[in-house]
Amino acid sequence: MIEFKQAAKTFRLGNREVQAVKEVSLSIAQGEIFGIIGFSGAGKSTLLRLVNMLEQPTAGSVQVQGVDIATLSQKDLRKLRRRIGMIFQNFNLFTSRTVAGNVAYPLKLAGTPKREISERVEELLRFVGLSDKANDYPEQLSGGQKQRVGIARALATSPDILICDEATSALDPDTTGEILRLLKKVNKELGITILLITHEMHVIQAICDRVAVMEEGAVIETGSVFDTFSNPQHPTTQRFIQSVQQDRPSNTLLKEWRAKGGQKLYRVIFKGEVASDPILSSITQKFGIHFNIVYGSIRELQEKFFGNLLVSFEGEVQAIELVIAELKRTVEIEEVEIHES
Amino acid sequence: MRVDWNTFWPRIVESTGETILMVIATLIFGSILGISIGLLLYVTRKGNILENQLLFQILNILINIVRPIPFIIFLVAISPLTRAIIGTTIGTWAAIFPMTIAASFGIARIVENNLLSIDPGVVEAAKAMGASPFQIIFTVLIPEALGPLILGLTFVTISLIDFSAMAGTVGGGGLGHVAMTYGYQRFDGSVMLVTVVILIILVQFAQWLGNTLSRKIMRR
Repeated sequence: MIEFKQAAKTFRLGNREVQAVKEVSLSIAQGEIFGIIGFSGAGKSTLLRLVNMLEQPTAGSVQVQGVDIATLSQKDLRKLRRRIGMIFQNFNLFTSRTVAGNVAYPLKLAGTPKREISERVEELLRFVGLSDKANDYPEQLSGGQKQRVGIARALATSPDILICDEATSALDPDTTGEILRLLKKVNKELGITILLITHEMHVIQAICDRVAVMEEGAVIETGSVFDTFSNPQHPTTQRFIQSVQQDRPSNTLLKEWRAKGGQKLYRVIFKGEVASDPILSSITQKFGIHFNIVYGSIRELQEKFFGNLLVSFEGEVQAIELVIAELKRTVEIEEVEIHES
Repeated sequence: MRVDWNTFWPRIVESTGETILMVIATLIFGSILGISIGLLLYVTRKGNILENQLLFQILNILINIVRPIPFIIFLVAISPLTRAIIGTTIGTWAAIFPMTIAASFGIARIVENNLLSIDPGVVEAAKAMGASPFQIIFTVLIPEALGPLILGLTFVTISLIDFSAMAGTVGGGGLGHVAMTYGYQRFDGSVMLVTVVILIILVQFAQWLGNTLSRKIMRR
């Protein structure tokens, strides 16, 4: 659907050259929700703008539905842009137009007949749940409502692709959830491929199928959200993952645990199916061992369970070793080190 | 020598009409010219939809040359051009020409400033929806800037009332001419007072109209 081939973008600032995007190769499949995550200044916003040529690549190419978009004439490029909806962090609604006027705008550009426009606008506003706000002006709306208008406007010309530039970064957590659910609905019900960029890992966790992590203009890790969360490779990726799942308590608490004579702690990671079986309980019972869950979480990732628990065992040392050996066959388990510092 | 008020009032009415004609005609021509130059200035600016450094610099320098010249000097300085185009340097239309030129450069700057205050994200959004530069100008830039633009034009209108009085002193007719010939040269304070009151009323009306219109468009 979208294919970056060693795409690069270099800006010239005076005599200085800034490489915003460095030879990125990525392939976004039809129907998926693909997230690009990175800290601010990582180049993700520039990368996103290569998709609809708001920025031109200075090297490499970007293909959309098999066409190298750099080869398109201005006229064909404008046609292509109608098939790529875009939403923004600051919504970018027209203040001089009503909600309905904003949603109608791309249809007017496309020369759609008036009657069709009003029908389509009504349908879109119903889809995003803002039918009663058609005649309001943007300044009368809340942030979440504004983004809904942004989404309705981006969907007006029935695009195949929706690109989202930090679409939830200006919203509060509740509203973020609301907008993410709406994006999921856009993907599921309308079959629209979504490419989004964000600096918030929970956005990736909530709706993405696959993720790419960007740092200093380059993609440093790509994979399914589940694999990336359960087994992050790059230190930056690990930092992002830790931002949403506290996988270990603070060192103070750990030291306190040890000072009180607490047992060794083990990290147990469950993935998918195993999370539904009573593995811990059945294996420890078999060897007459007690287990104690000290810390951790079990969450949903891409509609699969993902558990990350800190566990201690009580009982004979040898039996504990046997328990660990047996657990290793079905789940990941490792001892947690307590740093002295 | 006292003024004969019976013959004087019709002159006042006629002069007021001339002043209003000068202001409105200048406002119309000056707006057309000024908005065009202002838009051109904005879209040719670095990084904008029709970036053109050369054209931008030429316009920018031209505006900076014309704007600081005091109007009364500008009026005299371009009189050869006025004669070439209007055919005379005396009368209402001969005043409208230099007023239009001077006003359009001022309006161009106001338009440019109003356009610069539009969130660039809105322009980017229109671009992303497949709008051409021409469509961006007429369906995004102008509507988005309209409210402040009307306030800007109101400001210009009031300067134009001032300009018209100056044009009057060098043969342009209007209230300025009456005030100068009767009030200044004949030392008749009452005539001066009447013209000043009429000018104040005109200014008040223009400001009221501008405020009302812009409030309607900006919804505040």
